[in-house]
Amino acid sequence: MEKITMDGGQAIMKSLEAEGVEYIFGYSGGSVIPIFDAMMTTNTNIKFVLVRHEQGAAHMADGYARATGKPAVVLVTSGPGATNVITGIMTAHMDSVPMICLTGQSVSWMIGKDAFQEADIFDISMPVVKHSYLLSSPNDIPRTIREAFHIATTGRPGPVLIDVPKDMSAGPMTGDLHAEMDIPGYQTHENGEINAEHISDIAEALSTSKKPLFLVGHGVMISGAQDAMREFAEKLNVPVTTTLLGKGAFPETHELSLGWLGMHGSAYANKAICDCDLLVNIGSRFDDRILGDPSKFCKQAKIIHVDIDPSEIGKMIQPDIHCIGDALKVINALMPHVSELNTTEWLRKLDGWKEKFPFKFKRQGELKMQHVIDEFYKLSEGNAVVVTDVGQHQMWAGQFYKTDHANNFLSSGGAGTMGFGLPAAIGAQFGRPDDLVICFCGDGGFQMTLFELATAAIHKLPIKIVVLNNHYLGMVRQWQELFYEDRTHGVDLEGNPDFVKLAESYGIKGFNLRRSGDVRRIINAALDYNEGPCLINCECEKTDNVFPMIPAGKPIEDMLIEAPKPHVKLEKPTGST
Amino acid sequence: MINSKTTHTLSVYVSNKPGVLARIAQTFSRRGYNVESLVVSPAIDGNFSRMTIGVSGATEGLDQIIKQVSKLIDVLHCSDHTFDDAVTKEMGLVKIAVGSEGRGEALQIAEHFGCKAVDLTEKSIMLQVVGDPDKIDALMGMLQKFKIIEIVRTGKVVMSRGIETT
Repeated sequence: MEKITMDGGQAIMKSLEAEGVEYIFGYSGGSVIPIFDAMMTTNTNIKFVLVRHEQGAAHMADGYARATGKPAVVLVTSGPGATNVITGIMTAHMDSVPMICLTGQSVSWMIGKDAFQEADIFDISMPVVKHSYLLSSPNDIPRTIREAFHIATTGRPGPVLIDVPKDMSAGPMTGDLHAEMDIPGYQTHENGEINAEHISDIAEALSTSKKPLFLVGHGVMISGAQDAMREFAEKLNVPVTTTLLGKGAFPETHELSLGWLGMHGSAYANKAICDCDLLVNIGSRFDDRILGDPSKFCKQAKIIHVDIDPSEIGKMIQPDIHCIGDALKVINALMPHVSELNTTEWLRKLDGWKEKFPFKFKRQGELKMQHVIDEFYKLSEGNAVVVTDVGQHQMWAGQFYKTDHANNFLSSGGAGTMGFGLPAAIGAQFGRPDDLVICFCGDGGFQMTLFELATAAIHKLPIKIVVLNNHYLGMVRQWQELFYEDRTHGVDLEGNPDFVKLAESYGIKGFNLRRSGDVRRIINAALDYNEGPCLINCECEKTDNVFPMIPAGKPIEDMLIEAPKPHVKLEKPTGST
Repeated sequence: MINSKTTHTLSVYVSNKPGVLARIAQTFSRRGYNVESLVVSPAIDGNFSRMTIGVSGATEGLDQIIKQVSKLIDVLHCSDHTFDDAVTKEMGLVKIAVGSEGRGEALQIAEHFGCKAVDLTEKSIMLQVVGDPDKIDALMGMLQKFKIIEIVRTGKVVMSRGIETT
């Protein structure tokens, strides 16, 4: 046991170093001054990135973690500093992203007495964290930080919050820097035995299936199982569709790939769901965006669910067979028990649908978001880390920027957090400095966190910030047009600033793209620019709609492959948003 | 969706950490389950506590909640004892307004239910009853003929029979 005297802030820095932390994204404030001071007095190698709003810090840590698989740390002050990260924590929680969030807190004897900048963040954050702590002794710091990283990164990852009263970070720490963890209630199912009976049941179901289909989620990438997944699908000759967050878990340009499925996913993936006789879900939680109407989902098929989180089994869909465990371990366990299936006829049918119902758009006329994204895909040869915001452009980015590699498509899926894009792209670029990062935003979401342009500029991050600007909250406008008899309201973003001038005021290079004919030239110029970030303001068609579309709450069979005829009246959706 | 409402008795074994009760309560309330009774007591090992939770809501979906409660970092295990062969007991105190006139009958009822009169005044009796919740309900029913001033119940506690732990 190594007993050292240091202050709590120094113990925090030493403990973070022991966890291999590379970056802290944060914002200072009164209650965290001791921690900021400790960065100086410990002469730490951990790099601190000062953001412009705490929400940005959380999304940066999120983007960093999604792009690298490693957790980053968020450090913010008490009260409003802490409440400002809630959206970012919730976003990470919904998509199972590891994150450690340190929040300052009033001195402990003032907690509960409405002290200046006091917020009960421990309780406020409770529903959106994997776990949380309120420190009650500086000596608990090393153990707590160790536990926090272990919990955040193992099993099904998620955010962990540590609330640090100022007297904890300023007080003396005389405890053991290498204190053991003490979390007897935490079972990860990560190193657990895979149930052999379930494996043989799954292998058996596969061997008798004529029209099998893999549904692959984010869990496969979290587990690092993308290569095994590919080998598995190839060995069996079984087609693969992924969720939106699963983009990259299986190469989308692979002949067995059906792209991603769901509300705005490919028509052929959705048709395959309705026609398969066996659906094997690995590492997806059957989100409502892919189910349509859960009671009518994939009724004709046998369903298998593989997940590391037992509470996901039967939450949305009751599977016929399930298996709890890490995706890589389950795939490896299955591999020796399976052999190539005769799926020639099934694959031929799917190829027919791929040919008949491709994602499409017109390259002529008004500038289309799809055109910009498609051209970025081609000119970057599909090798970029794509980060999106939320809305129509997000769906088109999913459709037209094919993802072949894991952790290369970062998007707020579960939470649908507007404002995620730019800060997450900054985090991703910090984590992957040598990779091309393209951030696709709408004009709505971009304005929610555009202040982080400063962070991108200061660090000269060569992000391509693509603002797909239709001066509308396009996705809501699309719903109003289709389901609410075109009564558009609360969606017109009149008063948008000149985004190029705005970028220039931050010292960021700006491009305007207004005509379809200029797409290639301007994107090439943006890709060639490497002095730091650049912003491409794309003035796009105002009232384009995303198809295919499964109206929320409707069965997948009701998918609209194209825009309905103008006289067709659609019912208001019954599903959530 | 919500049908077949039953009151379930869950036993939850938890680390004795701040916030653990709030986390469990949130898990129930988010899914529309109502906590009807709750007993928390230290386990043999003082680092842990035992909670017995009476909860009402749809039987469908309760499995899901049990899994979500089990998933909480500070929860070691959570199990449903509603249909188990377990001993379930509860204690109740009831105060009735009764003078010399009805006292004899009240004490007769109390005796039948194995109650103890723990407080007796000119105008009132306080009875203590221990048993399974149905027995306490039955006693309260019988005492309706008197003016019941107040009732306090501890909520049920449960323990598995035999050598196994709960």
